[in-house]
Amino acid sequence: MTVAQPPTTPAPPALELSKVVKSFGAVVALRSGTITLEQGSIHALIGENGAGKSTLVKIIAGLYRRDAGTIKLRGDDVDFHSTAQSKAAGIAVIYQEPTLFPDLSVTENIFMGRQPTNRFGRIDRKAMRAEAEEIFGRLGVSIDPDRITDGLSIADQQIIEIAKAISLDARVLIMDEPTAALSGVEVERLFAVARSLRDEGRALMFISHRFDEVFALCDTVTVMRDGSYIATEPIADTSVDELVRQMVGRDVAELFPKLPAEIGEDVLVVEGLTRPGIFHDISFTVRAGEIVGLAGLVGAGRSEVARAVFGVDPYESGTVTVGGVQLPKGNPRVAMARGLALVPEDRRKQGLVLDESVARNVTLAIRDTLAKGGLLTSRAENAAAAVWASRLEVKTAALDAETGTLSGGNQQKVVLGKWLATEPKVLIVDEPTRGIDVGTKAEVHRLLSELAQRGIAILMISSELPEVLGMADRVLVMREGWLTGEFPRAEATPESVMFAATAEKEDAK
Amino acid sequence: MTATAPAPAPDTRTTRTYQAYATPLWRRVLANREAAIIGLLLVVIAVSIAVVPNFDSPLTVTYLLRDIAPILLIALPMTLIIITEEIDLSVASIVGLSSVMTGILTQAGLPFPVAAIAAILVGTLAGVINGFLVTVVGLPSLAVTIGTLALFRGIAVGLLGTTAITDFPEFWSDLARDNIPGTPIPGIMIPFIVLAIAFAILLHFTPFGRSLYAIGLNKEAAAFSGVAVGRTKFALFVMSGAISGFAGVYFTLLYNNARGDNATGMELQVIAAVLLGGVSIFGGRGALHGVIAGVLLIGTLGSALRLAGVTSDIINVITGVLLVLSVVSASLLAWLRRRRISAIGKKKERELAASSS
Amino acid sequence: MTATAAPPAPSTPSAATRIVSHLLKARETGILIALLAVIVVATLVNPNFLFSTDGFRDLLLTPSLLMLVAVGQAVVIITRNVDLSVGSVLGLTAYLTGRLFIDVPGIPILAVFLAGIALGGVLGLINGALVAFAKVPALVITLGTLYIYRGINVAWTGSDRINASDLPAAFRGLGTGQILFIPILTIIAVVVLVVAAWVLRNLRSGREFYAIGSDPDAAHLYGLRVTRRILTAFVLSGALAGLAGVLYAARYGTVSSGAGTGLELQAIGAAVIGGVAISGGVGTLWGAAIGAYLLLTINRALPILGIQDFWQRAVVGALIIGAIVLDRVLAVRQHRKLIEAREAAR
Repeated sequence: MTVAQPPTTPAPPALELSKVVKSFGAVVALRSGTITLEQGSIHALIGENGAGKSTLVKIIAGLYRRDAGTIKLRGDDVDFHSTAQSKAAGIAVIYQEPTLFPDLSVTENIFMGRQPTNRFGRIDRKAMRAEAEEIFGRLGVSIDPDRITDGLSIADQQIIEIAKAISLDARVLIMDEPTAALSGVEVERLFAVARSLRDEGRALMFISHRFDEVFALCDTVTVMRDGSYIATEPIADTSVDELVRQMVGRDVAELFPKLPAEIGEDVLVVEGLTRPGIFHDISFTVRAGEIVGLAGLVGAGRSEVARAVFGVDPYESGTVTVGGVQLPKGNPRVAMARGLALVPEDRRKQGLVLDESVARNVTLAIRDTLAKGGLLTSRAENAAAAVWASRLEVKTAALDAETGTLSGGNQQKVVLGKWLATEPKVLIVDEPTRGIDVGTKAEVHRLLSELAQRGIAILMISSELPEVLGMADRVLVMREGWLTGEFPRAEATPESVMFAATAEKEDAK
Repeated sequence: MTATAPAPAPDTRTTRTYQAYATPLWRRVLANREAAIIGLLLVVIAVSIAVVPNFDSPLTVTYLLRDIAPILLIALPMTLIIITEEIDLSVASIVGLSSVMTGILTQAGLPFPVAAIAAILVGTLAGVINGFLVTVVGLPSLAVTIGTLALFRGIAVGLLGTTAITDFPEFWSDLARDNIPGTPIPGIMIPFIVLAIAFAILLHFTPFGRSLYAIGLNKEAAAFSGVAVGRTKFALFVMSGAISGFAGVYFTLLYNNARGDNATGMELQVIAAVLLGGVSIFGGRGALHGVIAGVLLIGTLGSALRLAGVTSDIINVITGVLLVLSVVSASLLAWLRRRRISAIGKKKERELAASSS
Repeated sequence: MTATAAPPAPSTPSAATRIVSHLLKARETGILIALLAVIVVATLVNPNFLFSTDGFRDLLLTPSLLMLVAVGQAVVIITRNVDLSVGSVLGLTAYLTGRLFIDVPGIPILAVFLAGIALGGVLGLINGALVAFAKVPALVITLGTLYIYRGINVAWTGSDRINASDLPAAFRGLGTGQILFIPILTIIAVVVLVVAAWVLRNLRSGREFYAIGSDPDAAHLYGLRVTRRILTAFVLSGALAGLAGVLYAARYGTVSSGAGTGLELQAIGAAVIGGVAISGGVGTLWGAAIGAYLLLTINRALPILGIQDFWQRAVVGALIIGAIVLDRVLAVRQHRKLIEAREAAR
């Protein structure tokens, strides 16, 4: 394989990773992580979910230890055993999900572990607070430095993470999707800060799913796929199309085998669903045999709607009707009995009991129907699990294997099997292909198509635009808790959907 | 990949077949914590019979089973509670409260069965209070039951002060103490065995039992699978209260004594036995036969050592050491297993790298 | 979003924070007011409660030992752990104190103090090491060591006991003596409290206890030395229980194998009543110390108020439940306020 080499410069690169490998149990998360961050430059790292970006970041942060490969910091070999070492070496990482101490003040969160002290080791609160205010001033935000971080919006928490990194005076700054939950104004502000940090000679790494951001901000781009390094190119020498091809590794059409299906009656009807602060006045229907895509940015409230519809989360007003029968609030059992199924967003936390066997996971949602005279045996569970495991071609040696030992794709098949076993009329899938390999992705898409063909109503939440556009008969778009667009398949284009998902609130109203 | 071609209907695909279990039956039965505890129990019994004089006398068996009966009883609901990753520290205080209620109501002239049922209801109410605070108010069970441990015990001690009620109908106290005719086994074992079978079925062979393990391992995933997490836990605390109340009535009759400080500290013995029996304090792991073996192990060890003339304090040390060892060994084993799995992963990776280059 | 709420609109967030900090402050203030109320009411009923030499002395003296143990316990709870073995540690060190005076005639009092603190520290270290390295919940480990330490104590003591006559007069003087009407024991306890509270508020290491308890995973990501801090917390708790054991011998003169039984619940109770959250990260040592005073002062006030002292434990239980329910209600309300403030700023 021939790959473009990064341009050589006289100064040693700020950070250089070469063929870094990391696996968890039988799952290889990173096959060959290779990236070179130059000083005074912003480097984009892109790839689909599950391409190994986050693993790479965590290795740089010292959170995971690599199994093989080299890491060089300004030309010297390094090996971080802990986050403290990586931090001491001048590397700051801003994670996808902010990690703050909810009970402590904003200022303390920024400076924890390295608070300014006086001669006697006493924390200088005044200096600490002043510095926090100075950083917030530089970022152009107004967050009260004395309040506790519990209850802050994701955007504000993200700002605190950035303030933390700035206060570290890090030479290498890594941002793992920092803009995912930020509004347009906040993104612009962040970019201004990022550019000024670059101009001070720091090296920045920027992970994002939004190509416009990558092209607006970055100097160089590295693409990863399936845990492997694919290519590095100067941003000026590449195009969106080329990057997509490198990320996906095949033609998009090939990925989405949408089959024609007969569309029937309304099965799921949601009207005026509102949960103040989370989502407002959400109304939509899904018909038998139809795949409805629900698009939007991370944090737009899509998963929250799905959870409320299914009954795991409460809602304040509105109705959910399945097959003509209104569901009570907050009762997943009734929802399941009425034929509703939800494949949740977070497979590991919400979808599966990872420490439990494949058989128990597949049968968890049908445990009541599987019991005879109130008694449930392993024999009955294994028989039912074997049926669904073989239909979905789950790769596992035995049904009593702990689900956590399976690969991401196979875990997702177990979740799908678990919910298909309930023989639903409506299937809600939330990010059905997040973090799974390309092959399994295609299988999942094919499966969804087949299910629709058999008359199941499907609501598919996805952050991957090609997936939504490729699979859906109709596309709904949410932004900041509101439904902001609805497009039939023919009218759904990347432009129209992205506009509905990102346009400023003021414009829409 | 045949992703481009319209796929055939799922039923006609080449079906994979699955083994139900990765390991043969004997390994699954023998290579686990429960088997280890039962093995240890058998060893202790064998050694005691060989070494300790009088250990094999029927009287030893009778006294041993009588004394540990309350612990055996309370260990049943405690197992379920710990499997859902909660804890109930107030059980011994409920025993004390129920004992005091039995005494006071009997003394007030109520027929004994009525007093006993009222005492069990008081225990149930205590469980309702625990369950309410944990599931409805949303407080950690550790903090709640530390509080109710003091509260229930305080009410028990407050009601009776330092006095004791020792006058109970002979019929009932004999019933509590009598053996099953023709055996050295005390009669209390009959309700215990009935309850043990009921709890074993509930935990291991019903949808409810499956939901308990799911709650303990991943509360969120359980909720997403339609498990009513709060209601389930509430039911467990109520069960715990009711059975502790029953144990209190038994305790009163057995020692012919209703006092505020009855069964003080028993919660620790129950929890130690449950954890020793292989239930994980992190929830989601454990089986009832292991727990029963755990209680019997502590009881047998205590009884044998007492007969051998060792003071009861050493028994406490041994209980403590067993408890610490059982949890430390569990995390040590888990650590070794993780290491092995990651070693397999690394090996795979090396092979992959070797074959691709 | 507040972050974007155009340049300075400090009034909205700072109003919210003022409420927050006010509530946080109110937690210790509230418990202090409750303590004062108990003292006032008891004194009104029986002036001797406060205005007799003994009354005033006991008011300060009785809770001092519990206060020492509660301070250690609070540090452990702040790191999201718990130490159930403190009562057993106190029992062991109290007996050690007596034995040292009997077996080593003429031993300096300071050496006995150091020995007691050292033994307590070692026992705490064992707890901490098992918790931090074996990654087993502190509840289980310290439940085990509660048994073990107490068992060792009983085995060592047997039916023996230390009597006041075994202890040097100078040592016993520490237990009952006063400086300027203030019991020496109380002075020791308050000095320990002030130092520990200062450390927890003003040193990096002190703040890290809070960080670890607030979110252990985040603490790991921050690169904090989690293992070391947890060890420190347990060693501190053990050492303070050890110090309390030595002072127990000085105060009461007689030490049997049952000394300190049940103390762990009182110590946890004191911390929780004082506003230390059992789930870690929240609370102050001042709160725990006042909680200890409130607990034991109520116990002493009950008989004066005409309630038999048998009801003491029920009151303790009710206080603990009341405190955690109150904290929960406050937390829920505060959380809702913060969310509302956020919504309002959108």
